[in-house]
Amino acid sequence: MTQLALVIDLNVCVGCHACVTSCKEWNTSGSAGPLFDERPYDANPTGTFFNRVQTFEMGKYPNSETLHFPKSCLHCEDPPCVPVCPTGASYKRKEDGIVLVDYDKCIGCKYCSWACPYGAREFDEKQKVMKKCTLCVDRIYDQSLAEIDRKPACVKACPTSARLFGDIHDPESEVSLAIREDGGYALMPEWGTHPANHYLPRRKTKLKIHKDELERADNPLKVDGQLPKPGKGDSSMDDVSAW
Amino acid sequence: MKPAFSVIFLTTLIGAGQGLFLALFTHQSYALFGLLPMQSDAFYGYGSALAVLLLVGGLIASFFHLGRPERAWRSATQWRTSWLSREVIVLPAFMGVAFLFGVSHMSGYRPEILTLRGGLLIDLSVVLGVAGTMLAFALFVCTAMIYACLRFLREWHSPLTVLNYILMGGASGFTLAAFYAALAAPSQTNFFVSWAIIITFLAFAGRSASLARNARLKPKSTIQTAIGMKHPYIVQRSMGSMGGSFNTREFFHGKSEAFLRTIKPTFLILAFLAPLVLLAPFTSSPWLLGMAFILQYLGLLAERWFFFAQANHPQNLYYQTIG
Repeated sequence: MTQLALVIDLNVCVGCHACVTSCKEWNTSGSAGPLFDERPYDANPTGTFFNRVQTFEMGKYPNSETLHFPKSCLHCEDPPCVPVCPTGASYKRKEDGIVLVDYDKCIGCKYCSWACPYGAREFDEKQKVMKKCTLCVDRIYDQSLAEIDRKPACVKACPTSARLFGDIHDPESEVSLAIREDGGYALMPEWGTHPANHYLPRRKTKLKIHKDELERADNPLKVDGQLPKPGKGDSSMDDVSAW
Repeated sequence: MKPAFSVIFLTTLIGAGQGLFLALFTHQSYALFGLLPMQSDAFYGYGSALAVLLLVGGLIASFFHLGRPERAWRSATQWRTSWLSREVIVLPAFMGVAFLFGVSHMSGYRPEILTLRGGLLIDLSVVLGVAGTMLAFALFVCTAMIYACLRFLREWHSPLTVLNYILMGGASGFTLAAFYAALAAPSQTNFFVSWAIIITFLAFAGRSASLARNARLKPKSTIQTAIGMKHPYIVQRSMGSMGGSFNTREFFHGKSEAFLRTIKPTFLILAFLAPLVLLAPFTSSPWLLGMAFILQYLGLLAERWFFFAQANHPQNLYYQTIG
């Protein structure tokens, strides 16, 4: 079984929002109709997005760090939003594990958004249906695109390659390796939703230097110093006396 | 959560309708066993018509909650997994049976179905009454489980939610039945008043228990588990939008903490204490009993508002700061 997912490297994300704009551009132009936008260039703009980049600050000044945190649907392996849907509009595809909404069946009761602990679903106030990240399902299988372009729009847009895309059930895939070897973790594991998307933690490369590495015990100068020092007038010999 | 008025009216109206039906059939069952004088068909008939009106009112209110009401029929398909879908099936089924129960009484069409040992005659209205009673309880369970099944809305995720929906719906229905009896069958008022007092008291106890439980809840999700960073001091600086989004509108009640603190005693007084005070003298004055029902219903509207507002959704951890 395949489970497509994103792996987002928080160590690399610079918070540029390129994934947000690229996602909005692709998904508002598709055959499913535009994503709702209200007052986009005015005060209090609002609209439907599948992907958001949020910013958190850890610690207190001056010992604080900024964390940029892209958040979209995590395509949970046990999605709590799917069984609660009364119409079957919300479903998880067997073939690739993508959680989707059938916009033609959705009655807009918003119950699925109540059942998602991550706030990944956003209601479209114009079409009056629930929307969410599709992992660009209308793009990743499009045979008319070059193979390199068959990736979600956000992944293609990321300038620092912080977003990886692939099958997390294939143990040798790029995403599985990243999760396994770079400490990939899931959000809110306490609810047992088993999110497919994973995050790679921030990592700092630190060099640990011990004191004896700063001062070499076998420094030849030091060794020289320990050799007998003959008197100034006496004869000296290389490697046998200090001078 | 943001309390939606459509859902507040849906749950309180159908709760009162279910309670009223249960009250009427409880009386008919007592009368069947000779514990109370059997009332006229019109008494049960008009009473169940009133119950059906309340149910229809609730059903209409529910449509205002839907973005696409024209597709509402689709919501009956996922009854295997969704409590909302089950409610969508059970509500019309119960309405239909309550309607037929009324029709059976009003038309006097009550053919004998069977005679129990001891000469107890079971006619069509009794069969419909038993079916309606089971459906009324099933509907209470479906409505409450819509909320109780969401495990990370921990204020709701408790058997107390189901118990309280049954008790609060029952209380308002029996109070309404007492008011109805005071108008239509004054000699039977005390029967309904006694049950209304008992159920209102139990509902008061059940709701107080859930308030006490919720006051002690500690959130399972924290900002640390939400973003997976271990640091005691994490604050959000930006939620990724400048003017709010669906996530900032749907999951927060938008009122001050002080408002929330005012609503709690308000609904406890209106929904439970005031009706108990008005019911306690066992009056058969339609004025007092009517007042008891109106106050209790207003109290239950406030209770339902608080029920939604108090539930703290973990997604709010991601939506704390616009910037």
